[in-house]
Amino acid sequence: MDTKKSVSVSTRTAESSALSESSAGLLRELVAHLRQNRTQLREEWARRITRAELLTAMTEEEIFAEATAVYDNYVEALETGTFEALQAYSRRLSERIIPRGVETDEVVGIVLLLRDVLARSLFTKYQDNVEKLNRILDSYEPAANRIANTVAVGFVEERERIIRQQQEAIRELSTPVLQVRERLLILPIIGVIDPQRARQLTEQLLRAIRANRAKVVVIDVTGVAAMDSGVANHLVQTVEASRLLGATVIVTGLSPEIAQTLVTIGVDLSEMATVGDLQGGIEEAERLLADRAPPAPPMRGELPPETSR
Amino acid sequence: MEVPILRQGQYLIASIQSALTDADLSHLREALIAQVGRSRCRGVIVDVTALDVMDSFAVRTLRDIAHMARLRGAETVIVGIQPDVAFAMVQLGLTLKGVATVLDLEEGLAFLDGRTKERTLEVKPKRPSGRG
Repeated sequence: MDTKKSVSVSTRTAESSALSESSAGLLRELVAHLRQNRTQLREEWARRITRAELLTAMTEEEIFAEATAVYDNYVEALETGTFEALQAYSRRLSERIIPRGVETDEVVGIVLLLRDVLARSLFTKYQDNVEKLNRILDSYEPAANRIANTVAVGFVEERERIIRQQQEAIRELSTPVLQVRERLLILPIIGVIDPQRARQLTEQLLRAIRANRAKVVVIDVTGVAAMDSGVANHLVQTVEASRLLGATVIVTGLSPEIAQTLVTIGVDLSEMATVGDLQGGIEEAERLLADRAPPAPPMRGELPPETSR
Repeated sequence: MEVPILRQGQYLIASIQSALTDADLSHLREALIAQVGRSRCRGVIVDVTALDVMDSFAVRTLRDIAHMARLRGAETVIVGIQPDVAFAMVQLGLTLKGVATVLDLEEGLAFLDGRTKERTLEVKPKRPSGRG
């Protein structure tokens, strides 16, 4: 019993090693075939790309040049089984074509087209020998899938990297604290406020208040399209923190939509001085600065009216 | 650690130099309130520039100082809260409501000058206004 089993196991190993050997051989044969028919297959591929109306942002010559490079990298990846070169190339390709508006589906589309073109040529070549065709496809398909995967992932990664970079740039650009005149700062907020940006805004504002010895700050939110309760509460906190540094905050430019939202969701804005627009806000700020005596003293009522009775 | 209390004209200035324990804070409060009456001063400045942490007890003590000094006839202003400390305080809900806060010592002195002047001006015309 035991001996039988071990025999059958050893046979199977021998078989599979023979298979892997032959599959390596098949892959070599396949690569040789692709090298031989390089010109023809490449042209066929470029034609199919044009016909499928992919890569419309590029000229035909450009498509052909890129197709050649991709083709060579493709065959090399098939031959060596390593994908680093292809990965690097697809990253560089993505860098070049993303700014020109090439979409993800186009990139995936052209790689799948190449896969299709090559598979068809294999069908034509081995159509008389179905068994060999099967074995060739067995070794071709996994590699081709992996290549398609690599290129698509490379493209998407590059795209995400660009998006991250741009978000970073927007974040840095969008929070200027401006000094309009002595002791008066303006903080125009434009765009979407997420918790991270809100925090950054507050930090910058508080530092600027101290650096410029500001007395009054006008926060203009005309450019903010929407505000949720989190952001609104953060705004209130910013106002409070500014007061602790001795600066009065005036909020201007709350849009009708935001005003409605804030009242509906019940954010307490009673502590916040608000003025309709930036002009009004600056005028109000100048008034506060003009009477340098304390603006709205925190504790009143040394002489309550009742005592006069 | 003792907080030095300096006298500058009509004002008392308490300049906190390092982190204080709760006992130190209580002691500061008592010393300040005692001195306000003794020296007949019109204003108190508490300088917290050196503090990079402010807990609820510290904030409550500062508020108490302001309210108690008021009962003894002096205005209080807290000066020199650091930006980071200010934001942390607000997030913890410690907003020092009803207590004047300004940027630094210079501002504090200007603030008290304004307040005391206002008070002396305010008192005269208001008294005779008989109402009801």
